[in-house]
Amino acid sequence: MCLAIPGQIVERSPDHPDLATVEVSRVRRVINVALLADEPLQPGDWVLIHVGFAMSLISEDAAREQLRLLAMLGEDEEAMRELDGLPATSADTP
Amino acid sequence: MGADLLSGVGRAVTAQRRETLRFRDAHVEMAHGAGGKATRQLVDGLIAPLLGLPREALVDAAIVHLGQEMVAFTGDSFVVRPLAFPGGSIGELAVNGTVNDLAVSGARPLGLLVTLIVEAGLATSVLEGEMRAIGAAAACAAVAVVGGDTKVVEHGKADGLYITTAGFGRVDPRFTLSSRLVQAGDRVIVSGPVGDHGITILLARGDVDLDADLRSDTRSVWPIVDTLGDAAAAGIRWMRDPTRGGIATVLNELARETGFTIAIDEASLPVREEVRGACELLGLDPLHIANEGQFVAVVSPDEADRALDALHGISGGELAAIIGEVRNDSGGGVLAVSPYGSARVVDMLVGDPLPRIC
Amino acid sequence: MKYVDDFRDPALIRQAAAEIRALADPSRRYRLMEVCGGHTHAIYRFALADLLPPNIELIHGPGCPVCVLPMGRLDDGLAVAEEHGAIFTTFGDVMRVPGRRGSPLERKSKGVDVRMVYSPLDALRIATREPDRHVIFFAIGFETTAPSTALTVLRARALGVTNFSVFCNHVTILPAVRAILESPDMRLDGFIGPGHVSTVIGCQPFSFVAREHRRPLVTSGFEPLDLLQAIVMILRQLRAGRADVENQYARVVPWDGNRAALRAIAEVFELRPYFEWRGLGFISQSALQIRDAYAGWDTERRFVVPGVRVADPKAAQCGEVLKGVLKPHECKLFGCECTPERPIGALMVSSEGACAAHYNYARRQESRREPVAVTLADTAAT
Repeated sequence: MCLAIPGQIVERSPDHPDLATVEVSRVRRVINVALLADEPLQPGDWVLIHVGFAMSLISEDAAREQLRLLAMLGEDEEAMRELDGLPATSADTP
Repeated sequence: MGADLLSGVGRAVTAQRRETLRFRDAHVEMAHGAGGKATRQLVDGLIAPLLGLPREALVDAAIVHLGQEMVAFTGDSFVVRPLAFPGGSIGELAVNGTVNDLAVSGARPLGLLVTLIVEAGLATSVLEGEMRAIGAAAACAAVAVVGGDTKVVEHGKADGLYITTAGFGRVDPRFTLSSRLVQAGDRVIVSGPVGDHGITILLARGDVDLDADLRSDTRSVWPIVDTLGDAAAAGIRWMRDPTRGGIATVLNELARETGFTIAIDEASLPVREEVRGACELLGLDPLHIANEGQFVAVVSPDEADRALDALHGISGGELAAIIGEVRNDSGGGVLAVSPYGSARVVDMLVGDPLPRIC
Repeated sequence: MKYVDDFRDPALIRQAAAEIRALADPSRRYRLMEVCGGHTHAIYRFALADLLPPNIELIHGPGCPVCVLPMGRLDDGLAVAEEHGAIFTTFGDVMRVPGRRGSPLERKSKGVDVRMVYSPLDALRIATREPDRHVIFFAIGFETTAPSTALTVLRARALGVTNFSVFCNHVTILPAVRAILESPDMRLDGFIGPGHVSTVIGCQPFSFVAREHRRPLVTSGFEPLDLLQAIVMILRQLRAGRADVENQYARVVPWDGNRAALRAIAEVFELRPYFEWRGLGFISQSALQIRDAYAGWDTERRFVVPGVRVADPKAAQCGEVLKGVLKPHECKLFGCECTPERPIGALMVSSEGACAAHYNYARRQESRREPVAVTLADTAAT
């Protein structure tokens, strides 16, 4: 379950504190941010969007840290060579 | 290449017995019209056998010898809601859709008949708008509307307006097109970004409440096909316009007809940012989304680069791309290969793609 | 797309795959279950199995809310809508799920006013725009989606909208995970935890997996790098003989979850004593119902609901596939009698169900066997 996509807050609704406009790859939608009422949500922040609601404030620091850890993986040459020998398609025979 | 029409009459007369028809559903459903597998089942399992249609007739246009001439005929119907949307309207779709069926069959479009089924109560201004749209699109595509018919049905039917067309064109001697000419190693080219039309319609319906600067890509592709013909006709094996069901459907049909595997390089697929965003938000795959102003061509490897350069040089072809190749491996079907080397099967959908939340 | 493309970086993916190969002990097999249907979908969409060594097997878990929805519940919802001329709204995922008299899409063509929505708030909006009609929102989903339904009910109350009700089929993930772990057939080495459910409930509730069952569980995001990194983390734990809950998806998932979301759920919902899960049978304390205070927005109390139970054909082996005992193509009906066009069992009806995902995305051989008619007449309906 749970198709949810990161989107950037572009504006908060002046009339409704629970509503904000987010943008995902130049597509905009008005979403409900009540679940993040405890966060100081501002335009420019990135949130996770699911069924028209913001579910979580995305942490840039945590994302960067994750990517840093990922960049350190797989420095074992042996394993890389083995991977390169893979065919591009899977023969997934029942 | 020309179909022998008269023997088809004989086949239709000796109609099939109901029990031997492969289509077993008790009712026709929406899915049967979506252009995917269910449509295939309806056509293959009921319509084609009862009409005595030869296998080759199940393409975009029928090619017929009339004396010395080879003429292409095509028919199509247009049902869209809403009737008007960013980038066009049903009238424009009707003209361009018909013209494009002819163009991808390698025929210069000449004219079309337009049949209207109008819902009683439709505002005259709407009908007027569509007639102007048809006229403008026909002029733009350099084709003549040579006749047609009009019917009015009760309020509650026809969603405002349905349009059916019959188009004809002259087979262009530069092109020799058939799926039988496709070979392993051939390249697959798409004329421009995919998914614009289908996502525009989805947004225009208002159900998903997304806002994006997107327009339908509806246009005649004949000028581009024409240019391609000048540059690389000898290398073009097969063309199709990926309307309902998208690229995935037409390439699956090709894979079925040839037995080859069509491998799409995902990173090469041209997709506008907005289409990508809408697809990610809604859980849709651009490969399955309808296009109304694009075509897919299979081109020999020697001519592929020349073909691509020609497309890039023409207005409206700047984003054309080589998106894949034909392979002779045992699996068949269509694969999408990721930038990191893994591959997934791209199947035809059963019905229209639906947004998901899971 | 920010936070998406970074986690689809081809070079990093290859590195992560190489690390997995280096970590996997060639002398043993690893069976890892991804609980969440969204992860199943991602695994197939990104063809991640291609990148794993052959001794790592991904088993698809029961976290597909459409798949586990009993057909009778859908029939009930449609029946109420039809009888009362109500507007039946639901997510796109449900539109093609077969009911006894057709899917919502098919019933639409037979006169039931069925409308797809992207958000429960859109269903509420329809109710405010059409005050003479009743709008039923047929709610599905795990804890990820329940807060949104809860907030929508609260908003309906705040607006004083009374022509709106929720037919609630929200289920909770922990009982399903427990059922998997307590099944005698269970042979799983580790779990890929549901990243978006955890956004709501946090990682802590899964600690019983590590404590009581000595299995690692790593809460994972949905991009290829997320899943691969989660697998790396599971393998590292297994190598070290550890069993802990870890959070791979830290950029999104707070360890303690989302308090506002949990408050909203607690305000509007309570646990049903038991609920039927298609393919798994009745599980206690595994689903949500609307509290008395909000009975006015509960379809099951506003209207009389038939309460039909529809059992799957005995030949369908959904339960075993759901628990990871069988792979989709090992079910006798897979690909022949049971296909996405003609789904018989739960896991074929949703594109993220294990069977549908396998059918749509993985290579398969065309079944040459003629399908044997399997109808619901073969089942007992009560």
